[in-house]
Amino acid sequence: MFGFVVLAVLVLLALWLVGQFNGLVGLRNQVQNAWAQIDVQLKRRADLIPNLVNTVKGVMKFEQETLEKVMNARARALGATSMAERGAAEGEVSQTLGRLLVVMENYPELKSNQNALQMQEELTATENKIGFARQFYNDVVMKFNTAQQVFPTNLIAGMFNFKPADFLQMTEADRVVPKVDLAVS
Amino acid sequence: MTAVVPAQGRATFYELQAKNRRNSVMLVVVFVGMVAALGAGFDYFFLGVGSRGADGGGMPFPIATFGALIFGSLYAMQGWYLGASQVLGASRARPADPANPAEKQFLNVVDEMAIAAGITAPKAYVVPDPDPNAFAVGRDPAHASIAVTEGLLASLDREELQGVIGHEMSHVRNLDIRAMTLVTALFGAATLLADVTRRGLYWGGGGRSNRSRDSDRSGGGGGIMLVLFVLWLLLAILAPLLGRMLVLAVSRSREYLADASSAELTRNPLGLASALRKIAGAHEPTRLINQGSAHLCITDPRGLKLNESENAAADLFGTHPPIGKRIQILESMAGVVSSEGPIGGS
Repeated sequence: MFGFVVLAVLVLLALWLVGQFNGLVGLRNQVQNAWAQIDVQLKRRADLIPNLVNTVKGVMKFEQETLEKVMNARARALGATSMAERGAAEGEVSQTLGRLLVVMENYPELKSNQNALQMQEELTATENKIGFARQFYNDVVMKFNTAQQVFPTNLIAGMFNFKPADFLQMTEADRVVPKVDLAVS
Repeated sequence: MTAVVPAQGRATFYELQAKNRRNSVMLVVVFVGMVAALGAGFDYFFLGVGSRGADGGGMPFPIATFGALIFGSLYAMQGWYLGASQVLGASRARPADPANPAEKQFLNVVDEMAIAAGITAPKAYVVPDPDPNAFAVGRDPAHASIAVTEGLLASLDREELQGVIGHEMSHVRNLDIRAMTLVTALFGAATLLADVTRRGLYWGGGGRSNRSRDSDRSGGGGGIMLVLFVLWLLLAILAPLLGRMLVLAVSRSREYLADASSAELTRNPLGLASALRKIAGAHEPTRLINQGSAHLCITDPRGLKLNESENAAADLFGTHPPIGKRIQILESMAGVVSSEGPIGGS
């Protein structure tokens, strides 16, 4: 009888362990997935920028510098070898691109250019998606890290060597993403 | 500000999901009980099941109870699986067209909000109606659709649209639309059964003289029988109304939550506040969205004044909380957020 009780307790304990472990693995995968999402959007932005620049450079003769800055930052982001370098360059892309999107408002010719409007909407959407993907990434990281820190899951996290994931710090560049009024009408 | 996203929003959203799951289970239980009671009453009072087995006059098998349960379940199941496409079809919604700039923007905003909510992007539909409105339908996030009217796309700017889509996306993520689809399916089935039962009273029951049956029973517990009979009649008559009120109560309480979740997703409560103000300004009813779907919309499509007052009638029969109050709450949220620092992450 006593042996049976011990056995039952052990089985329950094992089941609980498995459940907690799988929960942590699930969260870790979510973190990786959220990270990949950001990457997808950053790549899309890098693809879109040359199109936008080509569309507007004829009209925006007086903004060659702005256009160059965007292209340069983009090139640096694509050629980055380290994570830190890439992060800095992507932040710069956000900043310079945001400025370009604002300056575009000063060119009435662009407002009647269907192609330019379309590019502007696509880039605004992508820029937003990057922001929201980062926001979601941080939310998931918060869940993952909290799960590793609370008792008793922290014992399992320690046992199987789970490491807390890093938050994305919202940089200056993120914060100055301008609010462009893009009512299509 | 280190601008790390606060976690409590996430926790609330899990609580909301859990609450919706619990409510859904409860709804199914209430539904089964109600349908069984409708059927059993019919069996007992009109077919004589269980009361007159001995004299051979009654049915030996509670056919109405089982019939009601089977029919009710089948009907509710078709509502569960086909309800969303029926609502979309009835409002003449068509898939958003990426070639149209306004609808392309709508598609983009849906994608953005899906990323913010961390779910697969729902399908995006456009309803050809000039009045601004929006709704979400679907039995789960993987089968969800968000529809907006042409009027909404024409009158809102990008940030306002984001607020509205954020609101609808929250309904999807928090499993509100799942609960609403269930309520609608069950409510539809219960209403239909109650209708059938009432017809049964006129056609079936009348002929077979239930008065004689009452006298059969009057020997023992006739009074109780009468009370039971009256209760059962009330159930048959009031089921549709009760169902309706249940739908409304569920719907109203979710609107504030969806507003708050929208602000959490967009980090911009003022976008939705300004959208609501514009929508409230358009008093025309949304003609293409039929009455039965009112509870699914961002504001009441019937253009009723009822939803704007705060009296008891509005509490019982309005589908939405007063829009002024919603705007006020969102604006106070913006006050709180801006005093904490700049909003990160666009």
